[in-house]
Amino acid sequence: MFFSSASKPASTALVRYEPEPKRGLFGRLRGALEKWTFSQGGPDLEARLARLVAPQNEYGVDPFGLDLDFAKAAVAPVLWLYKSYFRVQTHGVQKVPQGPLLLVANHSGQLPLDAAMIGVSMLLEAEPPRVCRAMVEKWAPTLPYIAPFFARIGQVVGTPENCRRLLAAGETIMVFPEGVRGLNKPWEKRYRLQEFGLGFMRLALETRAPIVPVGVVGAEEQAVQLFDFKAAAKLIGFPALPITPTLLPLPLPVKYHLWFGDPMRFSGSPEDEDHELDKKVREVKAAVQALINRGLEERQGVFF
Amino acid sequence: MRDAVLITGISGNLGRSLTKLLHREERVMGIDRRPFAGKPKDLEVHQLDIRKKKVEDVFRRGEVKALIHMGIIHDPRLPATEHHSFNVLGTKAVLEYAAKHGVNKVVVLSSTAVYGPSPDNDNFLTEDAPLLGSSRFPEIRDLVEIDMYAQQYLWKHPEVETVILRPVHIVGPTVKNAPSNYLRLQRPWVLAGFDPMVQLIHEDDACRAMIAALKPGVRGVYNVVGPGELPLSAVMRELDRQPIAVPHFLARPLLDKLFQWRVASFPSPELDHLQFLCTVDGARAEKELGFRPLSTLRETIRSVLGEAPARVRQRPASPDEQGAA
Repeated sequence: MFFSSASKPASTALVRYEPEPKRGLFGRLRGALEKWTFSQGGPDLEARLARLVAPQNEYGVDPFGLDLDFAKAAVAPVLWLYKSYFRVQTHGVQKVPQGPLLLVANHSGQLPLDAAMIGVSMLLEAEPPRVCRAMVEKWAPTLPYIAPFFARIGQVVGTPENCRRLLAAGETIMVFPEGVRGLNKPWEKRYRLQEFGLGFMRLALETRAPIVPVGVVGAEEQAVQLFDFKAAAKLIGFPALPITPTLLPLPLPVKYHLWFGDPMRFSGSPEDEDHELDKKVREVKAAVQALINRGLEERQGVFF
Repeated sequence: MRDAVLITGISGNLGRSLTKLLHREERVMGIDRRPFAGKPKDLEVHQLDIRKKKVEDVFRRGEVKALIHMGIIHDPRLPATEHHSFNVLGTKAVLEYAAKHGVNKVVVLSSTAVYGPSPDNDNFLTEDAPLLGSSRFPEIRDLVEIDMYAQQYLWKHPEVETVILRPVHIVGPTVKNAPSNYLRLQRPWVLAGFDPMVQLIHEDDACRAMIAALKPGVRGVYNVVGPGELPLSAVMRELDRQPIAVPHFLARPLLDKLFQWRVASFPSPELDHLQFLCTVDGARAEKELGFRPLSTLRETIRSVLGEAPARVRQRPASPDEQGAA
């Protein structure tokens, strides 16, 4: 197993984690961030993080390059976004089962903060706590500093083979079948699901992993896209360059709601033709849309 | 009597390591155009270029039961025509002789470089992954060709048990290949903002994999991995290196010039290994060849410093290690 959560006594795990000397500017920054992580979460978070057990080698990484200690430091600002800025509220997170599974969510908000929020919810609120793996775009490994950062916090390039391997190891995978079509869509298309890719369904059928639909409500309003500066995006090799009222897609302090649906299990051959798979994909899409609709109905306002 | 294992490229550092491990259990013969310095009396080495007709005489005697082919040149300074001719024609010649003269086992040493580092790569490439190594690094197309030729040979000659081994970066106290030389630099270049996971294998473990491939009954293509994967930066820390971080867009043109002026000994496409993944899954070799590396990750990394594994020779712990423990 690459990554599993075992009920290890909290005390011993925390001893392992106790300060190794932090050297240099980065080391001190890491130390400070780790403290920030724990000061935000209190003893409860400490106990949950201690339950994460990665098969680290003597250099502190798992085979995919996840460095748990690094991740604990890196999560601090995201934790702040989750708790204080977006004040994320989850609905039905207890429906998320243990073992290998695919979280399938809508993608929105110009910056993929929805992925980060779902990730933190799995760490803070799912049982057992886990590090969720998002399948990142293939251009991420070409971006300096971003590439190793993603790898150290457990994010993996979304090739089918990587996904298969992680599911076989019992991990939780996060998938956005809309991809950038959903992330960088204009304001008038908000909360309307874009075309879904089929790849995740093939993997679900092949590995028999359940799918948990997730509806993210709030992220659409965090940054309103006025237009997509496609020419400039192409020039710098980005999939999109959304221009928002704040020019850069700085997120507004909207309130996030994460709605988790019941696990869906599918059977059939992963080698089926696209139109056969499409039927199943549409079921998932409908489930996600239903969660979004319910979330929109029930929310009191965009910012609170 | 048909009882000898014939090794091409036996006088190289890896060939010598292999001979050291193998000659206790098997009768070893070798072919190399370089002399075998300090050759033991019982070792038969034919000083020949593998492209020469006389090589066939070694096979004709009917003593060779297995061929381990690692007589492959990797010198980036040699003109492309020279190493292409030596590597590809030489490989074809010895493999044909093996089939013609009843050798039952052929082991070809390829490498994971044939897959090539790329941002699109799976984290663990399996043996079916396409061989794209030469698309960004045309100078290694002969290595890809050898691998492809050996695969073709595997199908064409069902009577020969052909094994193609693709080990990860081989490092060790004696080998002088690109990864070992790179790790021996006190201030090696790294690419700013990149820190890919890397896999290394100790030269002795690579030799053990070749010996494991001699096992009767096995044929096919196998990735061969060492004791695990770790970020390049962790390798640098282990070796106490002070790497120089060069922005990737400057590094390539700069290294091209330095290579041309003979200041640097690495061609610029090698930089891809410092930027992208080229890591593989070694499960098939573990399952079918029963191969597992003996050196630990730490021993493997530190072997480039010329340190023997602790179980062979006890190394006194240095003061700072004692402090850490």
